[in-house]
Amino acid sequence: MAEQAIDLSKMTISDEVAVQISNMNKWYGQFHVLRDVNMTVHKGERIVICGPSGSGKSTLIRCINRLEEHQSGQIVVDGTELTNDLKNIDKVRSEVGMVFQHFNLFPHLTILENCTLAPIWVRKIPKREAEETAMHFLSKVKIPDQAHKYPGQLSGGQQQRVAIARSLCMRPRIMLFDEPTSALDPEMIKEVLDTMISLAEEGMTMLCVTHEMGFAQAVANRVIFMDKGQIVEQNSPREFFNNPQSERTKLFLSQILGH
Amino acid sequence: MAFVQDAPKDSFRLGMLIYDTRYRSITIQVVVLILFLLFLSWLVNNTAQNLAAKGRTFDFGFLWMRAGYDINQRLVDYTNDSTHMRAAFIGLLNTLLAAFVGCIIATILGVVIGVLRLSKNWIVSRLMTVYVEIFRNVPVLLWILLAATILSETTPQPRDFRQTPEMEQAGEEPKASMLFGIIAVTNRGTVIPEPKFCIGKPQAECDADPNEGGLGVIDLGIFKVSLNLLALLVVFGGSIFVNSRITKQANATQEATGIRPVTWWKSLAVLIIPSAILLWALGLHFVVPELKGFNFVGGISVLHSFTALTLALALYTAAFIAEIVRAGIMAISRGQSEAAAALGLRPGRTMSLVILPQALRVIIPPLISQYLNLTKNTSLAIAVSYMDLRGTLGGITLNQTGKELECMLLMMGIYLTISLIISALMNLFNRAVKLKER
Amino acid sequence: MTEFTPFVRKDMLEPRDPPGNQQGPIAWARENLFSGPMNTVLTLLGILAVGWLALHIIPWLMHSVWNANSLSECRAIIAQTWGPDATGACWAMVRERWHQYVFGFYPMDLYWRPTLAFLLMLVAIAPVLYQSLPRKMMWFTALYPFICYWLLWGGTLWAPIVVLAGFGLFALAFRFAAPKLGVPVSAGLGLLAAAVWWLFVQTPLSTALNGIIPLSIRDVDSDQFGGFLLSIVIGITAISASLPMGILLALGRKSDMLLVKSLSVMFIEFIRGVPLITLLFTASLLLQYFLPPGSNFDIILRVIILVTLFAAAYIAEVIRGGLAALPRGQYEAADALGLDYWQAQRLIIMPQALKISIPGIVSSFIGLFKDTTLVAFVGLMDPLKGITAVVRADINWKGIYWEPYIFAGTIFFLICFGMSRYSMWLERKLKTDHR
Ligand SMILES: Nc1ncnc2c1ncn2[C@@H]1O[C@H](COP(=O)(O)OP(=O)(O)OP(=O)(O)O)[C@@H](O)[C@H]1O
Ligand SMILES: [Mg+2]
Repeated sequence: MAEQAIDLSKMTISDEVAVQISNMNKWYGQFHVLRDVNMTVHKGERIVICGPSGSGKSTLIRCINRLEEHQSGQIVVDGTELTNDLKNIDKVRSEVGMVFQHFNLFPHLTILENCTLAPIWVRKIPKREAEETAMHFLSKVKIPDQAHKYPGQLSGGQQQRVAIARSLCMRPRIMLFDEPTSALDPEMIKEVLDTMISLAEEGMTMLCVTHEMGFAQAVANRVIFMDKGQIVEQNSPREFFNNPQSERTKLFLSQILGH
Repeated sequence: MAFVQDAPKDSFRLGMLIYDTRYRSITIQVVVLILFLLFLSWLVNNTAQNLAAKGRTFDFGFLWMRAGYDINQRLVDYTNDSTHMRAAFIGLLNTLLAAFVGCIIATILGVVIGVLRLSKNWIVSRLMTVYVEIFRNVPVLLWILLAATILSETTPQPRDFRQTPEMEQAGEEPKASMLFGIIAVTNRGTVIPEPKFCIGKPQAECDADPNEGGLGVIDLGIFKVSLNLLALLVVFGGSIFVNSRITKQANATQEATGIRPVTWWKSLAVLIIPSAILLWALGLHFVVPELKGFNFVGGISVLHSFTALTLALALYTAAFIAEIVRAGIMAISRGQSEAAAALGLRPGRTMSLVILPQALRVIIPPLISQYLNLTKNTSLAIAVSYMDLRGTLGGITLNQTGKELECMLLMMGIYLTISLIISALMNLFNRAVKLKER
Repeated sequence: MTEFTPFVRKDMLEPRDPPGNQQGPIAWARENLFSGPMNTVLTLLGILAVGWLALHIIPWLMHSVWNANSLSECRAIIAQTWGPDATGACWAMVRERWHQYVFGFYPMDLYWRPTLAFLLMLVAIAPVLYQSLPRKMMWFTALYPFICYWLLWGGTLWAPIVVLAGFGLFALAFRFAAPKLGVPVSAGLGLLAAAVWWLFVQTPLSTALNGIIPLSIRDVDSDQFGGFLLSIVIGITAISASLPMGILLALGRKSDMLLVKSLSVMFIEFIRGVPLITLLFTASLLLQYFLPPGSNFDIILRVIILVTLFAAAYIAEVIRGGLAALPRGQYEAADALGLDYWQAQRLIIMPQALKISIPGIVSSFIGLFKDTTLVAFVGLMDPLKGITAVVRADINWKGIYWEPYIFAGTIFFLICFGMSRYSMWLERKLKTDHR
């Protein structure tokens, strides 16, 4: 899939911290979903999060732009701590882009309008300029010619690439991906992964929940394995895949790579 | 089948009428047409025979004859010397009035209840569920009858509002008092303040004059149009136009610079101030009903039959509208609002830019068909003797003239026309907002 | 490059309870009732509304009187027991008049007949409602209308039997003609045969048979029907007759044949465009013009016919929605299998379309059942207006209004609410059945 060699040396990781999560806990009612999560993400890192279903991966990355509220601990994104303060939340959300498993494009707006909606209303960019930016990113994800269609008229892979372009239009510093390819056919998966790889090559900070192990090996600089709401293992992709340490990880890898 | 299609034309056999795909549907249609025409002529024939046997004719001439009965609620001029046609027109207006007022109340109530039913507040959402289930699972006739009975049997008589000198001395209050000091609910009807216009005359003089003050009226022949209302309509229409220009300008500015100018106060001023000035210039004031002797004078008396019908229909329909609104909002997946939030849109903007435009497409078609239902249900006016179209044309006129066939056909035709107009509007809307899918 | 330190968790963390203020009833109340100023205001308003209602309803219900002969006696008892200002419910009226609400003016000594018919109805609809019951019971369901008619109206048993024979004739003709002539033609032939039978053979034959073997019970006239008996008779008949008619109308509206299609559209739009009341007046005033001179048939039957037509138009629209929701592939697959139009409809299309339309169909039925109260306006004794008017006209119960409406309304509520719950249950069951 993503075996093409990419030049990792181009991807610099700086000392600057992009996301700092410390001792974070979250409950759904009585259910303890995230338990003492600690994590530091530097600018330019490409992190792949994996783990069995229900382990809290989605919840974790949704906490980073506060689609979910955490109950204890700290999350600091780009120097802004996530609290109940609406200003902070707005600031973080406009700097963090997110791509969903089911695309969540707005079906009543054209592709172009999907891409310009937030820049116009949140970033307060003039419409013309927003459209130029949108066309720029749409060409980048290789679908500039679809700009005036509606989401319902595109294929799944195209829709997901529009969703990526829509996030990029806000010029985010960090991108979150929640299983962006798991609702797609194999052929379309490649389209989307290629887009993500080119994003990585430009040095975007990325947190990606995915089970595409090829992508993890080629692009990630670190893999985080979660189970039962906690981080069980984290390591470089080579170590993680070739030399897993914990039993839980070994079991998971044997299941996922087994067939 | 393919063989049959290739068969040469000249070898036509009778069996092909039934077995050949090309002729089969024509055969069936011809048979259906013949049967239909036979049925129709049978009906017409029967009707003609029956009419002849009763010594009646089929003509609409009675519409131009004197009606000879009174109607207790008239939106335009009518006396018992007017024609049956005029009476039917009054009835139609009464039907439309009840439908219009009912739809407005039902929409407001329904939207509020539907939204509250989705609220996270446990007690409120439960209460709204109970409301919806109770109102939509009981016949609307019950609500109408109950409202009418309560209004006529539990409300005080006008004289109960009186405070006699003896009571004053004894420090007693009268048995009944007016709502907010301006509305009197009596067993004969609800009396509400009446707006009056007055230019260049003392107010008392205008109040004594039953004619419209202010600019007066123009007579269109069929009915009179209040120039005051017309002026108000023109000015308010102008305000709306100016307001739309303001919004357009704001959009343009936003497109050019990215910053949307704050316009709400401008809009508010444009919408309110000109109308307010006009109303002031026309000398608008309200005549509050007053108890004189045994009855209230001044103000407008609203019949209980109207109140009961409208209120009951509105409460009943509101339950259905609430469900429609709730379903419409729930139909928009959570992913939509999450995606909007992830892009940094605030909840208010998410609502107006993402949720509502989608929800309205789901909500409006069934909403309009509820309006249609409400309009048709106004014919239940018969339960409270409200003089609607059925009460005039299909009621007293029908009984007086014995023109059952004509009256019923005409009445059905009018209802059908109203319905078809409403559904035509709905189809236009549907076509305009249809989502583009592959 | 400060990247990260590899990390392996040795011991898994056990789940902990959420911080103190996030559990228990207080946390629940905070989350669901007082999570913000707006929410708190709503809660207070809600509590106020509940309190106000309770304050009025509970004492009224607590002061119920069951034994009295008139409203004034009720009031006297209430004043005596709970003080002069107390208000209370006078259920004594219901106790005295319940039989009129249930049976109308049906002869008292014959109450067993509608009661038996009702119990048999439960047996008859059971296999329709619950698919798990033996399919053989459907035979009884098919016979039930005739048994019910005979029980309710009385007269000779031969009449329903001969009518049934007409249906048998229809089925026979259809059976033989269908393989050769196709469904529509053979249905037409069958109908013709049955119509001839009913028009010309029916009356003489049943009279003759009754002369030979008299099998009759006492006649009950239509104007003695009333109350819920009437509502249920009209409702159930119209419901079961309107479904097949609605299906045919929906198919007609989707037909490729222009004439069939436009006739269906005209019929549906006309019926949906006028209020039910005007149709009921048609039944009572106009039908006599449209039928051959001298023919005059039962008002209940006339009303049932018009109510059926009314419901069928609405159901046709619901089913049309269901048909539209079916993917095109289903039609194409049916064609590809070589099924003809009627087979495809019966085996592939309708089962799915009806399943999709269940909620809509049931809510049409609920609407229809509620609308049976409108027959009051053509002089029939419906439970809401007709019977209540009779009760309120009695000098003893003059001025009573809450109790009769609450009583009749509650029964309507139970039936309609039950139907809507059943449809929700069915919908859920069908959804899981097809996983
Ligand atoms: N809104 C919610 N309310 C209650 N429990 C929830 C909610 N959302 C998720 N959960 C629970 O939290 C746990 C973690 O969910 P999460 O979606 O983060 O898992 P995941 O690792 O993304 O799984 P998957 O790979 O299937 O997407 C699951 O057990 C889930 O049932
Ligand atoms: Mg997930």
